[in-house]
Amino acid sequence: MQKNYFQKDMETMPIEEIKKIQNEKLVKQVKYVYDNVKYYRDLMDKKGVKPEDIQSTDDLYKLPFLKKDDLREAYPFGLLATDIKNCVRIQSTSGTTGKRVVAFYTQNDVDVWEECCARAIVAAGGTNGDVCQVAYGYGLFTGGSGLHGGSHKVGCLTLPMSSGNTDRQIQFMMDLNSTILCCTPSYAAYIGETLKEKGYKPEDNKLKAGIFGAEPWTEEMRRDIEKSLGIKAYDIYGLTEISGPGVAFECEEQNGMHINEDHFLVEVIDPDTGEVLPEGSKGELVFTSLDKEAFPLLRYRTRDICVLSREKCSCGRTFVKMTKPLGRSDDMMIIRGVNVFPSQIEAVLLNCGYAPNYQIIIDRVNNTDTFDINVEMSKEDFSDTPKVITNKEKQLQSAMKAMLGINPKIHLVSPKSITRSEGKAVRVIDNRKRLGITV
Amino acid sequence: MAVKQISIFVENKEGKLVTITEAIAKAGIDIRAMSVADTQDFGIFRLIVTDPEKARESLESSGCFVSITQVVGVSIPDEPGSLSKVVKILARHNINIEYMYAFITVSKKFASVVLRVADNEAAEKILTENGIKLLEEKDIMMM
Repeated sequence: MQKNYFQKDMETMPIEEIKKIQNEKLVKQVKYVYDNVKYYRDLMDKKGVKPEDIQSTDDLYKLPFLKKDDLREAYPFGLLATDIKNCVRIQSTSGTTGKRVVAFYTQNDVDVWEECCARAIVAAGGTNGDVCQVAYGYGLFTGGSGLHGGSHKVGCLTLPMSSGNTDRQIQFMMDLNSTILCCTPSYAAYIGETLKEKGYKPEDNKLKAGIFGAEPWTEEMRRDIEKSLGIKAYDIYGLTEISGPGVAFECEEQNGMHINEDHFLVEVIDPDTGEVLPEGSKGELVFTSLDKEAFPLLRYRTRDICVLSREKCSCGRTFVKMTKPLGRSDDMMIIRGVNVFPSQIEAVLLNCGYAPNYQIIIDRVNNTDTFDINVEMSKEDFSDTPKVITNKEKQLQSAMKAMLGINPKIHLVSPKSITRSEGKAVRVIDNRKRLGITV
Repeated sequence: MAVKQISIFVENKEGKLVTITEAIAKAGIDIRAMSVADTQDFGIFRLIVTDPEKARESLESSGCFVSITQVVGVSIPDEPGSLSKVVKILARHNINIEYMYAFITVSKKFASVVLRVADNEAAEKILTENGIKLLEEKDIMMM
């Protein structure tokens, strides 16, 4: 079988040489961050670490961690390492208590990010002869712009559809002969179902591959999507803080994602102690950017629980492989591709005059996440007319939408009706688990 | 003058109405009028009972979410046109009826109706001026 790579030299480089490049880049990146990012310099000084102490990746453990809280505290410019006039782009993701996390990019940062996405597209069989339909959301979310840029780098004819408007997605897919589809797995499943409803058979479309990420999905979903669209479905991983999608991508083996190790250094740690775990252990992924100019993060804790593997891959790539995230080491939920923290919901409740007695119920129905929040009423909220209560539910729903970016369904319930086990209320019931989705 | 109505929040859960009716039965209280307002998610069960305070205590100790609302009760002759007369009076004075329902009690001569309006006093004044008999707590106890 013909092997396809976007940057063959890097992607198939012997591991010793990758390590050499990583060592060189790391030493430079640490010095660059120390010199330009006061926030991180203070963290290093506090820990008594100097840039000279970092001579190779073996010294990485000496550096302090960065957490999402740090990004919030440093918002908006505290972790920026270069003059704003050298930056060309901002992307953003939701933070823990509503304050968003913003990431900056120089042109070079954008190029590296897009090359990483291009590697993913080529690994999925993409060439300059393909028509790549990008149905991830465009905007502050990195999904759309990342795959869009990658598609350009490969030379595909790029269809910048953004998400939604499924009828138009299908019309363009059919009329313009899309061969690659990039979107969230749940949207891919939805497109598959809609095609079937419209009377199309899987062989009626020209799609051959899909690159799906940004939310948890299962092997079973992969098989369903592959069957309904008549394609091979590939996973992709990334996070805005580190760049966006393309931090890691799947090859034809479809059993784990190769991490672009020439740009991102990965560690697995014990989420409780912060101790670095040996390869093959299950733990939290920590990334260190190796060549970022605008927003370089050292030892950023992702909270994603994964296992790494260096087993030789038949695709020829030498980059380490990560499993799909097997869970989270914090309480973040991913609902319809959007990151949601219980603390955000609490903040809205308090703002709107409710006590933080609530329960979040998540499920997946017809391949779409459902998102319900039960909130206990107080005596003052109760009325003898339903419309007063339903109006309160609507007001709370708009406040939630403004904070979270997605619409929950709000149900006001009687006081003390939310089940408390051992005095502690269960805040989140994620019924997607019954479908085998790791959340 | 107004009559006390008990409003109970009813979540769409199995057995909820059993809890409510049992709490009222246990307290030895008679229901004189009732209505249910429902939405997809929940209902509001409204009752006129012989002893509203006792009913509230019993319901609350059974874990029900209860509030007491003042409503207007009227007693009108049980004959065609009676109810129409009442609503016409209120309409003429721009008093909106949020909801209304009838008493269960059967009398050959009179029918009793609960009216929920924004301003009880204004409604009662106008109805009295127009010769409509209002119900009092003691009337309900005697029913």
